[in-house]
Amino acid sequence: MSTSDVAGIGRVVRLAPLGGSLRVAPRSVAVGLALTALLVVLLILSIGTGDYPIAPVDVVSTLLGGGDQGTRFVIETLRLPRGLTGVLVGAALGAGGAIFQSITRNPLGSPDIIGPVQGASAGAVLEILVFGGGTFAIAAGSVVGGLATALVVYLLALRHGVEGYRFVLVGIAISFMLIAVTQYLLTRASLDLAMTAQVWLTGSLNGRGWEHVQPVACALIVLLPLTAMLARPLRMLELGDEAAGALGVAVERSRVALIFVAVALVTVATASAGPVVFVALAAPQIARRLTRATGPGIGCAALTGAVLLVGADYASQRLFGDTRLPVGVLTGALGGLYLIWLLTREWRKGTA
Amino acid sequence: MAPRVRELRSGDCAADSAAAILARDASRSAGAVFAPRLRGSGSARRSVGLLAALLALVAVLVLSVCVGAQPIALDRVWQLVWSPDGSDEAVIVHDLRIPRTLLGLLVGMALGVAGGLMQALTRNPLAEPGLLGVSAGAAAAIVTAAVLVGPADPIVYIWFAFAGAALASVVVYAIGATGRGGASPVRLALAGIAVMFALNAYVQGLVLVDRAAFDEYRFWQVGALSGQPMSLTALIAPFIAVGLLLAFAMSRALNTLALGDEASRGLGASPGRTRALGAVAVMLLCGAATAAAGPIVFVGLAVPHVARAIAGPDQRWVLPLCAVLAPVMLLGADIIGRVVARPGEIEVGIVSALLGAPVFIAIVRRRRIAQL
Repeated sequence: MSTSDVAGIGRVVRLAPLGGSLRVAPRSVAVGLALTALLVVLLILSIGTGDYPIAPVDVVSTLLGGGDQGTRFVIETLRLPRGLTGVLVGAALGAGGAIFQSITRNPLGSPDIIGPVQGASAGAVLEILVFGGGTFAIAAGSVVGGLATALVVYLLALRHGVEGYRFVLVGIAISFMLIAVTQYLLTRASLDLAMTAQVWLTGSLNGRGWEHVQPVACALIVLLPLTAMLARPLRMLELGDEAAGALGVAVERSRVALIFVAVALVTVATASAGPVVFVALAAPQIARRLTRATGPGIGCAALTGAVLLVGADYASQRLFGDTRLPVGVLTGALGGLYLIWLLTREWRKGTA
Repeated sequence: MAPRVRELRSGDCAADSAAAILARDASRSAGAVFAPRLRGSGSARRSVGLLAALLALVAVLVLSVCVGAQPIALDRVWQLVWSPDGSDEAVIVHDLRIPRTLLGLLVGMALGVAGGLMQALTRNPLAEPGLLGVSAGAAAAIVTAAVLVGPADPIVYIWFAFAGAALASVVVYAIGATGRGGASPVRLALAGIAVMFALNAYVQGLVLVDRAAFDEYRFWQVGALSGQPMSLTALIAPFIAVGLLLAFAMSRALNTLALGDEASRGLGASPGRTRALGAVAVMLLCGAATAAAGPIVFVGLAVPHVARAIAGPDQRWVLPLCAVLAPVMLLGADIIGRVVARPGEIEVGIVSALLGAPVFIAIVRRRRIAQL
């Protein structure tokens, strides 16, 4: 194994026996490790927070198999599933957002804006307000809504291949239609039902159990390896279709696969926690600024998403206490303020 | 291809720089695509387009006064407009249909031109007038008013909304313009998103805690033209008039902006001033429209695309076309909303999104898109 420095893009590690090479950016690795550490700390703090507070030390010992029966019950049935849902949903949103922004080559090209999330929301709201379904029906409605929307957007944007801007514009148009449907349903429902739907629409981790963790976990087990396999073509596609084609990427096939993976990630996340805004949009942008790497950086974006969501959930439990404001309120506020701060600081230095 | 690769690597934030590159590429190729058309039958096409749009506007205005839960024949309307006889029909025409139609006309013009301006200023075809934080600011102010003041005269809400819209757009512009070089397109767009999401979070937090505020908000956010008095139209008219004048006066400067900041400075224009004035115009137009009718942002996103499909990239044609086409779309949607659910109505915000989106998609599919 030998390594060589390549200016600006990190270190290339050649694995001679395997005949391959791997590009490693030291800063990205460091940021990834720091984010993981932060995520673990936040998760422990968040598990310890609630009506029955548990000290971080006890949380760790209980998770490692110790602790008394009461603590064990609280953590295993209530707190851990909520925390894990936060981690998985955040990671899925961060990764999905990074793929979308990279394909569309536009920071506005987030799944928050171009369809799948609105489709999932419309499906869930329809289920809540019209059919009165339970937890499973709502999740199923949102998955079906999200995937169907993505399919419709893709087919409508398809014309001699899919061009980034056309895809986004068609997506925005479709999502405006879906928002209109959602709003129409909200104005025609009784205030109580509409309120229930609004809570779902804000995105929340309140009352999430193992039945919410399992689907996201299964989806991520399938989707994350796929994402890793597609990271290379994605990086190539950022150079433009022609350049990517010249470098040996099957442009259209890779793009379809990437869109499918991203939509699946975002839809599954939305089905579990509702449309938590801003994570998919902000996580890739924040990760890019932390790592200072070029290219999509899906891993760091996923970690940033998880940190954002778990951190926001912890903060919302601490700040609002009994009102139980859903986490979506705080991801929006925190993410928005952080992005503002980041942008002003960066522009003052004149780097952007 | 080589410069693209180099730029992508040198940028700290590849997405940002890629967006900027895309915008630049698009403007370059748009020049190439549209050059022949400009020399050829372009101006005839534009004139015909504008004329057709004006005719459509007249037709829609007339229909909007005649059609509704109680249809009134055209000759009868004509008679009632000039000599109200105190009948039910006269009351309907004077107190309901005419104020509603005028409001639709003003709001439509404002949203269309604000959308055209916003896309030209950010050089991003995905920009909608709400991106300056206007509708989010108005929504935040409306919800705050509902919590603080409770039920009140609609005019109070209007002033709240307008103040919120103005404040939010000033904040967005201030963030977007911080640092060296002033407000660049990508900065404005990102600043707009950041402020929009923060304000939306505030709105959602409040409406989840306060049921009365939620009840106010869920109807306001749909966007409607109905039930507003003539005094409201008179109230927002001056703001919209100033905004429109400002927008039309700067259309030439917007054309130079499309060449990029450096080229435009080289031509003697001042991109920073153009953007600041443009932001003021968007704030006046979109702020007044949103305060009066709620956030009907899709019109502002879609209409400029239609206008550019007809007129090409020249803002001196695009902005007037937007001013004519947007009220056609808005009032058309309003009329359809009155007819389909008789005796009830479907709000114009819902109808315009449901009907406008397919048309928009058809245009996006047929034409080259990014022409900014």
